[in-house]
Amino acid sequence: MSVLAGLGGAAVSAVAPTRTARSGASLLLAPGMAYLGLFFVVPVVALLATSLYVPVPGGDVGQFQPAFEWRNYVEAVATYWPQMVRSFGYALIATVAALLIGYPMAYVIAVRARGRAFLQGLLLVLVIAPFFTSFILRTIAWKQILADESLVVSVMRAVSLLPPDGRLTATSFAVVSGLTYNFLPFMTLPIYASLERLDPRLMEAGADLYANGPTTFWRVTLPLSMPGVVSGTLLTFIPASGDYVNSVLLGNNTTTMIGQVIDSRFFKVSDYPTAAALSVILMVLILGLVSAYVRRAGTEDLL
Amino acid sequence: MDQTAAGSGADLTLAHLVKDFGSFTAVDDLSLVIPSGSFFALLGPSGCGKTTTLRMVAGLERPTSGQILIGGRDVTGTRAHQRPVNTVFQSYALFPHLTVLENVAFGLKRTKAADPLSKAGDALDLVELRHLAERRPTQLSGGQQQRVALARAIVNNPAVLLLDEPLGALDLKLRRQMQVELKRIQTEVGLTFVHVTHDQEEAMTMADTVAVMNEGRIEQMGSPAELYELPRTAFVANFLGQSNLLRGTVLDAGKLTIGVDIGGTRVRVPSPRAVSHSGTVLVGVRPEKLHLVPDDEDVPAGTNVVGPGTIVDVSFTGVSTQYLVEVPGHGTMSVFVQNILGGVGARVGDQVRLAWAIKHTFGLDGADDLAAGAVDLDGEA
Amino acid sequence: MSAVTEPSADVRVPRPATRRPRRPLGEMIVPVFAALAFIYLLVPIAYTVAFSFNDAGRTNLVWRGFTLDNWANPCGAPRVCEAFVNSLQVGAIATVVATVLGTLIALALVRYRFRGRALANLLIFLPMSTPEVVLGAALLAQFLSLRINPGFTTVVLAHIMFCISFVVVTVKARVASLDPRLEEAAADLYAGPVQAFWRVTFPLLLPGIAAAALLAFSLSFDDFIITNFNSGSFVTFPKFVYVSATRGIPPQANVIGSAMFALALLLVIGAQVVGSARRRQQH
Repeated sequence: MSVLAGLGGAAVSAVAPTRTARSGASLLLAPGMAYLGLFFVVPVVALLATSLYVPVPGGDVGQFQPAFEWRNYVEAVATYWPQMVRSFGYALIATVAALLIGYPMAYVIAVRARGRAFLQGLLLVLVIAPFFTSFILRTIAWKQILADESLVVSVMRAVSLLPPDGRLTATSFAVVSGLTYNFLPFMTLPIYASLERLDPRLMEAGADLYANGPTTFWRVTLPLSMPGVVSGTLLTFIPASGDYVNSVLLGNNTTTMIGQVIDSRFFKVSDYPTAAALSVILMVLILGLVSAYVRRAGTEDLL
Repeated sequence: MDQTAAGSGADLTLAHLVKDFGSFTAVDDLSLVIPSGSFFALLGPSGCGKTTTLRMVAGLERPTSGQILIGGRDVTGTRAHQRPVNTVFQSYALFPHLTVLENVAFGLKRTKAADPLSKAGDALDLVELRHLAERRPTQLSGGQQQRVALARAIVNNPAVLLLDEPLGALDLKLRRQMQVELKRIQTEVGLTFVHVTHDQEEAMTMADTVAVMNEGRIEQMGSPAELYELPRTAFVANFLGQSNLLRGTVLDAGKLTIGVDIGGTRVRVPSPRAVSHSGTVLVGVRPEKLHLVPDDEDVPAGTNVVGPGTIVDVSFTGVSTQYLVEVPGHGTMSVFVQNILGGVGARVGDQVRLAWAIKHTFGLDGADDLAAGAVDLDGEA
Repeated sequence: MSAVTEPSADVRVPRPATRRPRRPLGEMIVPVFAALAFIYLLVPIAYTVAFSFNDAGRTNLVWRGFTLDNWANPCGAPRVCEAFVNSLQVGAIATVVATVLGTLIALALVRYRFRGRALANLLIFLPMSTPEVVLGAALLAQFLSLRINPGFTTVVLAHIMFCISFVVVTVKARVASLDPRLEEAAADLYAGPVQAFWRVTFPLLLPGIAAAALLAFSLSFDDFIITNFNSGSFVTFPKFVYVSATRGIPPQANVIGSAMFALALLLVIGAQVVGSARRRQQH
């Protein structure tokens, strides 16, 4: 996945745009933007509208009419706020875990393996490769690896890491692990790209000025790799909070995430307004979090 | 692309060229004529507008106002790919995805010239790089890339060839070598070369005519010797080589010389070499024209003398010894003494007077800034 | 007596230790941790590949024995190959369209200054920052209200939409790193704007465009949530696996997953080898 080139920090706009000809730009932009307008903007607006509909009185299930029923939002939040909180909670834990696991990986590839192009390439391939196996297959693999009858669980029970009737699957632990695992490459690659661009002489300068290993990392390397960290955490948190595959495959009915609720509202009970309301709330919350986070972390130019 | 103005170079005329970038004026009413077949240097510090001027001639920038004429034809409105002008870029800008030969042949192919590859090969012969024809630019050294860039431009036989600080990235020895090469190629091929640089030694070595630019305007234009021996502004005096400038007031103005009082000492300036003949003036003399005269010796007639002063610094550079002499009332003056006798002459602390022939003096407008054009450690070139 | 003398002959200078100095333990922590992380990353892949060789019954849950039958007969299980081919078709179309549209946008965003540039950037960024659930739901609502039945077409349209943003970001980085002097040099050498684009800009952008296309294809092939919302009865490979999860995933699905993994691995390694061969050639 080579968004590593693009997402490893603030945009590498080494050159300011040179031409102001609006006609040239419009011609290039028009097809793509029109497509996005038609298939992104319009649907999202339609979603917003749907979230305000009311059921047709006396009509079948699944029939709604246009209205401005803001109470749909209130009801949605009142009923499903536990799932929302849980979703964001899981996503947060998974993001932090991914950061703790992914940063050392990125560090080893970018800094420790610097100069050994083949090793770097190999390690990068290892990070990207899982991405090419279907993510459902990967998640199911975890489910079977962590199943009650599996080797892993037996060993853990034997060494008392787990109580005799403890289990790993169908737990919130499994769900969070699944989330962490699935989004690990999304965290690692932007951090790698950011670290890769780091001038190694800056770290040498740190050592020259009496900073030891950990201090150099904390005061020089980490701050300078922040753009990559910001990209990585965003790329992990956003999809994680809306995910529900991990919860369905690895969790139980106490681990329900908001994505599952939206899916079930849509397909099982055809309660479109509620599903739409929950979607809008999710989107707004995420956008709010993203802008607050980005502004605090100081990297405005994310793209 | 119209090749009628090409051949063995053409006249280049710039008429009242102006380029504004918002509120900043990069080129301010520039006019000059470069005769065909000459080697012309545009010299100035960074930010003076020389590169902008070059880009306007190439067609890569549109002038805010003014005209550009090549061989008498007005090309101001044409785009870069329509002009019979080629550029050797500062960063060479060789196409990394093409071989050296394909790079050189690029322009020929675009203009559908006959036999592009064999002509490209000949151009590579000219720069002695035929054996690298199949390599990629990234496999070449800086000096080799520079020569390929030159071949790529020359092979199209342009009316005017523009060179944008082409030797900046090369080390000293290589630069010297390339200076001689460029001069040789220009004489051999006979094209009109316009060379932009901030290196005054380079400009003086290679060019027939030098124009010194500062803040968007041409300060002075002429042959290197003219500019060096008779600068007309303090900027040119300080930028081109070094000068000692002393401020004074005109006492008398005769037909042959004018007399100036500089802080109590009387000196004479030949009238044709003085910009202004009354009021406050700057009296200037080049350091290599100065002689160190011991306090007790006599000076011959026709000499200006200042001093006595104390030597505060001695630098032996092999070719010469450079002295800094502190003269009360005049500040610190620099003196270059050629190493004819071998070794160092005077020492720090010696008391000396500085003498020079009157005919080597030049006079500048008193309103000029004494330090204009001199190197400033705080950043201004 | 001078303090600086030659060492006298009878003073023995100790021989330097021939062993390399032992690295402080602290320095090993990070690489060891990273190695563990890599292993963690690859465990499910190893599992998937291993179980593609399993002589499985209906459910591929317990190891019953090694067999090459699954690989010899990858379409043995019903609907596996159909789903796989569907995914390929969707991926191919979505990749081509998204790459073309995205590249055009990237060129415009980097090379031109125009009012509304910030707005355009925002519009590109939004789909990447919207959870897939929301995108899927919104599109489904849209298709339903337009009375378009979910199926192949809706899936393709949806995939193109979310791929465009990723293509733009990838190509943008490549365009931004392109030396604009090269295009100026092309113009200086008599190439008009169109010629300059095809002969200079495009060849140099090609690696970035190829990377973007690869990315788009991966995203499309692997997508589940958005596809699930908008596919109706049309089955792609991820959807097939998900739906079979309850009944038991046939080992042929593992075969396809492993094959895709191997193929992608070969592609990426191949690109690496070519890249380093070219790098070595430059010395």
